Amino acid sequence: MNKTMYEKIWDDHLVHESEGQAPILYIDRHLLHEVTSPQAFEGLRNANRPVRRTAANLATLDHCVPTTDRDQPIKDPIARIQVETMMKNCSDNGMRLYDMDSPNNGIIHIVVPEHGFVHPGMTVVCGDSHTATHGAFGALAFGIGTSEVEHVLSSQTLRQKKSKTMRVNVEGELSEFCTAKDIALSIIGHIGTAGGTGYVIEYTGDAIKKLSMEGRMTLCNLAIESGARAGLVAPDEKTFEFLKGREFAPQGDDWDKAVAYWKSIVTDEGAEYDTEVTMHADDIAPQVTWGTSPEQVIGVDKKVPDPKQFSDEDKQKSCASALNYMGLQANTDITDIAIDYVFIGSCTNGRIEDLRAAAKVAAGTTVADGVTAIVVPGSYRVKKQAEEEGLNQIFLDAGWQWREPGCSMCLAMNGDELKPGERCASTSNRNFEGRQGKGGRTHLVSPAMAAAAAAAGKFVDIRKL
Amino acid sequence: MKPYTNHTSTAALMERSNVDTDQIIPKQFLKKVERSGFGVHLFHDWRFNADGSDNADFELNKDAFKDARILVAGDNFGCGSSREHAPWAIEDYGFNTIISTSYADIFYNNCFKNGILPIVVTRQELDQLMQEIRDNEGVKFSIDLSAKTITTAAGTVVKFDIDEFRKQNLLSGLDDIGMTLKHVDKIDSFEARQQQTHPWLWK
Repeated sequence: MNKTMYEKIWDDHLVHESEGQAPILYIDRHLLHEVTSPQAFEGLRNANRPVRRTAANLATLDHCVPTTDRDQPIKDPIARIQVETMMKNCSDNGMRLYDMDSPNNGIIHIVVPEHGFVHPGMTVVCGDSHTATHGAFGALAFGIGTSEVEHVLSSQTLRQKKSKTMRVNVEGELSEFCTAKDIALSIIGHIGTAGGTGYVIEYTGDAIKKLSMEGRMTLCNLAIESGARAGLVAPDEKTFEFLKGREFAPQGDDWDKAVAYWKSIVTDEGAEYDTEVTMHADDIAPQVTWGTSPEQVIGVDKKVPDPKQFSDEDKQKSCASALNYMGLQANTDITDIAIDYVFIGSCTNGRIEDLRAAAKVAAGTTVADGVTAIVVPGSYRVKKQAEEEGLNQIFLDAGWQWREPGCSMCLAMNGDELKPGERCASTSNRNFEGRQGKGGRTHLVSPAMAAAAAAAGKFVDIRKL
Repeated sequence: MKPYTNHTSTAALMERSNVDTDQIIPKQFLKKVERSGFGVHLFHDWRFNADGSDNADFELNKDAFKDARILVAGDNFGCGSSREHAPWAIEDYGFNTIISTSYADIFYNNCFKNGILPIVVTRQELDQLMQEIRDNEGVKFSIDLSAKTITTAAGTVVKFDIDEFRKQNLLSGLDDIGMTLKHVDKIDSFEARQQQTHPWLWK
């Protein structure tokens, strides 16, 4: 039978299946951070259960960590306890942790690919919804809750229900001003934040194949914002090239065996998906979200929608409520929306390619009066690389702040946050109410769009620069 | 986990869709290393005014909904972050049942680990249930998990579907991990096999 990539990975990890019970799926790699794991370790201790396979885990500190004054103790006492708890849990269990002082530290979903810890065909989980990122490598990667973190720690498996499969085929040529972020946002705009619920999405088509590995990571990272369990891109030469030589990539004879296996897991010709969606990259403009859900997104050359435009009553209500929270009038040109803040970073857009794209636009500009603009590299490796390329100087010369790595203003747990009413052009992944600070207003955009907004003090159609 | 028992309770109405986990439990409360005590922060940013007083406009602050154990909400409930703090807060606040047309995947899974029953109904059924609450705030619904029914005070009966394994786990309050570890021999043999077929995964 012809099988999709998802079905092949599923079959290769099925441990046990019996009538009336959810199948048990083997988990190859488990990623951890400080926010969603302490209660899982506590559960293990209470039940007197050991960690089953220490080497399959990789942990980092990212959500709560400050992006300034890293040589000082964390000021927030509760965050400090959470970080210390993580360090103790990892050391008690002999688990690999890239702590705040490590040159390998950074956001978990940035650090893991940098180290080649995830390969095609693996099953990968983390107590974090953006685990979907690793689907860029053709790994089945998805977010789980803390109870499931405990389940994986103790059994190296999960009880899983098989998902349906959706193919999102993006044909055509993407404009040079558009990125994977714009593709991802326009897909979410098209199918909605619940459009992928119950599905694993495989992204196919010319426009996807042409994306760099960084771009594929951005795309799969946002699969969760369309409700999908995971996103997948078929591994190819770019994938192998990216992985080769990294710390946890297969070495020596194993490399050839691994590549042969990786090539075998791609979707068979003629395999059927439960649903198919086709989009055209040529139609995609740089995207800007205008509301409080990632599906409330539109091209930069368009106007803020009017609730009356929606035929569905529920969508009308959501639109009106979002405009109210966002402080926006219907029919305002997107390019007339003024901003107070710019955030470049996060597991969505905190990689070197993102910083390069933003620096290219920021070079020779000055951050507009009254605008605060920060760059938070996704990891220390990204930071170092950017500094070697002189990107930090470009940002600093333009009036940006150059920070230490972490999740920072993507979810604003570490003290980096918007004040009520402030409006931010953000390269992160969620524009929910209060996500970047209570009362804060978030517009999701690509790194280049964010950099252009910083200089202009409002959104700009970068195709016209 | 406490076993789920059939009950008759007040149903609270939340007429919003895409209620995300950032709203259910905002990030400033995620720094705790314990599992308990999140109920007081449930829907914090909607529920409280800046001075900490109750926001009278927030639906769950209505007197009629004070003792509610059933939450009736719009589409795609629980979208966003994987934080299990969201169901912890919902359960700790006092809800053990949610009724909606759809849930985000991770949130849905998380509910079952915490004794919460997330019921999926059709749009038409949801409209009917919501209307009955609007007509009579404080109205009680009866939930029978064994029979998979919601029965309203007005006599409307809604049948719902749920995975049999999940239903049994909720009713028994069984520990998922303990159930899986009964199959440890199968995990052992899977690992032994994978070390042969995919040795690079083990180095």
